[in-house]
Amino acid sequence: MTVHWSRIAIYAVLIVFAALYLMPIYVLLVTGLKSFGEVRLDQMWDLPSRLRFDSFREAYNSLDSNLANSFKMVIPATLISCMVGSINGYVLTKWRFPGSNVVFFLLLYGMFIPYQSVLIPLVKTLQALHVYGSLWGLVVTHVIYGIPITTLIFRNYYANVPTELVEAAKIDGASIFGIYRRIVFPLSLPGFVVVAIWQFTSIWNDFLFAVTVTSNPAIQPATVALNNMAGSFIVEWNVQMAGALITALPTLVVYILLGRFFVRGLMAGALSS
Amino acid sequence: MSRTLKLLPAMMALIVLAALATGCGGGGGTATATPGRTVTAAAGGTATPAALSGKLEIFSWWTTGGEAAGLKALYDLYPTACPGTVEIVNATVAGGGGANARQVLTTRMLGNDPPGSFQVHMGHELTDTWVTANYMEPLDSLFTQQGWNSVFPKGVLDIVSYQGKPYSVPVNIHRANVLWYNKAVFQANGLQPPTTFDDFFAAADALKAKGITPLALGDVDAFASVQLMETVLLGSLGADGYNGLWTGATDWNSAKVTDALNTFKKMLGYVNSDHSSLSWDQANDLVISGKAAMTIMGDWLHADNKAKKFTDSGWVPSPGTSGMYDALSDTFGLPKSAPNRDAVVCWLKVVGSKKGQEAFNPLKGSICARTDCDASLFDDYLQSAMNDWKKDTIVPSLAHGAAVKQGWLTNVSDAVTAFVADKNAGTLQSRLADACKSATVCK
Amino acid sequence: MNVGIRGRRLLRLATSEQAAAIALIIPSLLAVGVFVYGFIGWSAFVSVSRWDSVRPDYTFVGLDNFRDLFENFRFQIDIRNTVVFTVLFVVACLTLGFVLASLLDRRIVGESVFRSIYLFPMAVSFIVTGVVWRWLLAPSAGVNILPTKVGLRALGYGWYTDPSVTYVHSDSRLGEALHAAGLGFLANPNYGVPLAMISVVIAATWQMSGFVMVMYLAGLRAIPEELREAARVDGATETQVLRHISLPLLRPVTLSAMIILGHQSLKIFDLVISMSRRGPGFATDVPALFMFETTFQGNHFSHGAAISIVMLAAVSVLVIPYLYWSLRREARL
Repeated sequence: MTVHWSRIAIYAVLIVFAALYLMPIYVLLVTGLKSFGEVRLDQMWDLPSRLRFDSFREAYNSLDSNLANSFKMVIPATLISCMVGSINGYVLTKWRFPGSNVVFFLLLYGMFIPYQSVLIPLVKTLQALHVYGSLWGLVVTHVIYGIPITTLIFRNYYANVPTELVEAAKIDGASIFGIYRRIVFPLSLPGFVVVAIWQFTSIWNDFLFAVTVTSNPAIQPATVALNNMAGSFIVEWNVQMAGALITALPTLVVYILLGRFFVRGLMAGALSS
Repeated sequence: MSRTLKLLPAMMALIVLAALATGCGGGGGTATATPGRTVTAAAGGTATPAALSGKLEIFSWWTTGGEAAGLKALYDLYPTACPGTVEIVNATVAGGGGANARQVLTTRMLGNDPPGSFQVHMGHELTDTWVTANYMEPLDSLFTQQGWNSVFPKGVLDIVSYQGKPYSVPVNIHRANVLWYNKAVFQANGLQPPTTFDDFFAAADALKAKGITPLALGDVDAFASVQLMETVLLGSLGADGYNGLWTGATDWNSAKVTDALNTFKKMLGYVNSDHSSLSWDQANDLVISGKAAMTIMGDWLHADNKAKKFTDSGWVPSPGTSGMYDALSDTFGLPKSAPNRDAVVCWLKVVGSKKGQEAFNPLKGSICARTDCDASLFDDYLQSAMNDWKKDTIVPSLAHGAAVKQGWLTNVSDAVTAFVADKNAGTLQSRLADACKSATVCK
Repeated sequence: MNVGIRGRRLLRLATSEQAAAIALIIPSLLAVGVFVYGFIGWSAFVSVSRWDSVRPDYTFVGLDNFRDLFENFRFQIDIRNTVVFTVLFVVACLTLGFVLASLLDRRIVGESVFRSIYLFPMAVSFIVTGVVWRWLLAPSAGVNILPTKVGLRALGYGWYTDPSVTYVHSDSRLGEALHAAGLGFLANPNYGVPLAMISVVIAATWQMSGFVMVMYLAGLRAIPEELREAARVDGATETQVLRHISLPLLRPVTLSAMIILGHQSLKIFDLVISMSRRGPGFATDVPALFMFETTFQGNHFSHGAAISIVMLAAVSVLVIPYLYWSLRREARL
């Protein structure tokens, strides 16, 4: 009987926390469904007087082309990030060379750079590469600043792939690339999922690089357009919140669909050296 | 196998730099060669200029409401005023009252990728940032050619000029020193709108006794408290004393400034306690709902009242500032090496034209920088502002970049942010004096 | 003989493959070399220059900018805020993440639903998080008025509008003790806890604790059940199992989580700018925000660069020992 009560207590705690975690989403949703006149701070918990999707429609209309831009940028950036991280992690665990730890350290340290401080040289460098002002400029930026975290995740992940497998293949004369393709890559799915989720989310949600690198509204990602929906003076909170929800939808879907694999990937050792 | 090996680095390079191969189509290297100076004259007047083409990028932080509508009205005028096939690129970055926009603009200008023209506050925000650093072209010939020297008030011409030459075209004028009040609340309590500080504090005490917040403030954006301080300085020191603060003629350590800052401190005793969580328009909601009686804010608040269908609003100049017009203005200039210079010059003509200003300002809720706009196009508040604009003493706004350069303003704003919490007027005064010193205006 | 040939072949193979391995890593190294180290170098260069307007001025001024910075009252507050935020945020996320993970690890019906709910805030951008929590923790709305919905009195918390800083007062007993111990300087608001910062910590914890929960959950699942079962058979209580088996085995997870959370908190920017900005009297101001404003509002480029160099130095103090430790540990394994 006591066991029974402790189970109920556990569920009670879990449910209370679930409610707390969902609270902000409730506010987003309810506010998005209200009309501008109904949006008042002291009425934020109240349900809208009637359901109206005007704000969602309005928000979607001003975001749709930017959402497309976001996809055009995030998908290649995530894929390239995964590949780069995977290869770096592979080399740094299975083909260690003198100084490979130093290389790992040098790559990892980039994670800690405050991005606000690099904007001016970043623009100049991207201009030199002729990608400034384009979505590819953003892809390059995100891939490069993603190297530290993707390398870290894959390095931790591959550390748990038995080295004997690789050693045996080496003795059989397989090349570095052959071993990657035939042995390591097929085992990498959980690692890829973790990196893909991480990179997809952080690239999708980035505002600072997006606003700095792309100035043409026709190619700006959704976060910049979302920010522009808030005027310099008057903010239509209902449309703003609806837009925030729409913008968050792709990442939410990714989390809900891939959440299970995310945990599996982490269990397989990504992120815990 | 060795062949594969040789290919590997190349393949990796391909992965990392895949972007570069296909990404050349983006912006960046499309700078148009600057045509000769003669173009300005040739494209002038009403004579049909050579057809314009290409892209014209206008950079601003006007993204929503009346300001976006006003900007669009200017864009709509462009094809008629400037025949050709110019495609306008509306590059906007909202947020923080232009804070994000300034970051992007600075980064782009330093990266030698200027937009065609950009929104910038008149005064030191333009001159001390971009003009003295030699990024802008003087517009004296354009002003002469368009006859603007006689349609803009002298006060404005002085503020947009550097070493005798104008550098930007003002499109509108906003007034910072306005006290807005809820008429119903004032009537119910038998109060008159205050014009002096003594009146203000008397009214504030009466309101406080009734449980009404006397003064609504929303300073989640630091400009609101800086602007409140600026109106108090203006009201206490008068126009000359106030102007002297920015030239070194008024001593920041003087007793007069001490008095003004103490008045500011006293005022902060009458504001809503949650001011640091509210934006200025949320503070205005307190006035609209009658929870608060007054707020001191620039006249863009009038557009907020209209959007919220609040008609019971009254206005007077903030305490002690009758006959003074604390002005700020959005202007557009001509960056050196701006792409498609001819199209930009024609844009400036639209911005400065009577038609342009009459189209823009009623929507934006500001008055024309020109003095010859048709008053019947404007509502009651704006008509009263137009009247004042013609007769009042014009002084530059501190919080909105007209009075001092950006570096000075950020130091002032830091000092005020600290003061609003710790209420230490002595520390505030010495920090303000230091800010003047580090701006090399005071010794 | 056969072995010898094979060995030599392996050796030759090894060297050429080693070269290939290095070649594979070089593009990343080059990219990071330019975009990280090149730009750090640029910042370092600017931080010792006189560049104070939009026109670059690279005149060398030594460490003047750093001296200005450490004398600046706003920067002193920012250092305090960063320390307070980092400590509270990391501790809150680790605690909450661990509690939720250990509860979820007990064969819960609907585990995946709970897990998704706890994890999803991570999918939301810090900017959106900031806006929503700005509403939720507004003094006259949000959480404060929630009790009124069930007939209770509204809470009166000021949340992020509360300018007060909790610190040891000089005239308190603890303050006197500090003075007696020669640590009197600690009795100062610059060594206190700004209450407004707690609101930012709540929002950030909402966003990141689910991620830590998943990391711990994965860590717990990786601990063989037999190990814990054996302990239980030996008569260990659940708390003892937790303390003596689970927690020690979860140490690598904790460290990784600390690094990820720590680097986020030192760079925190989006959340603060969309939630409380500087806060009352800079109570929620952070170095990244100061750097952004001083550089792009004030055009004090050299000061901005100096802030970023100080931030990097601070991060290095935390990270380099960790990396050294973890690489050494790996080498021993």
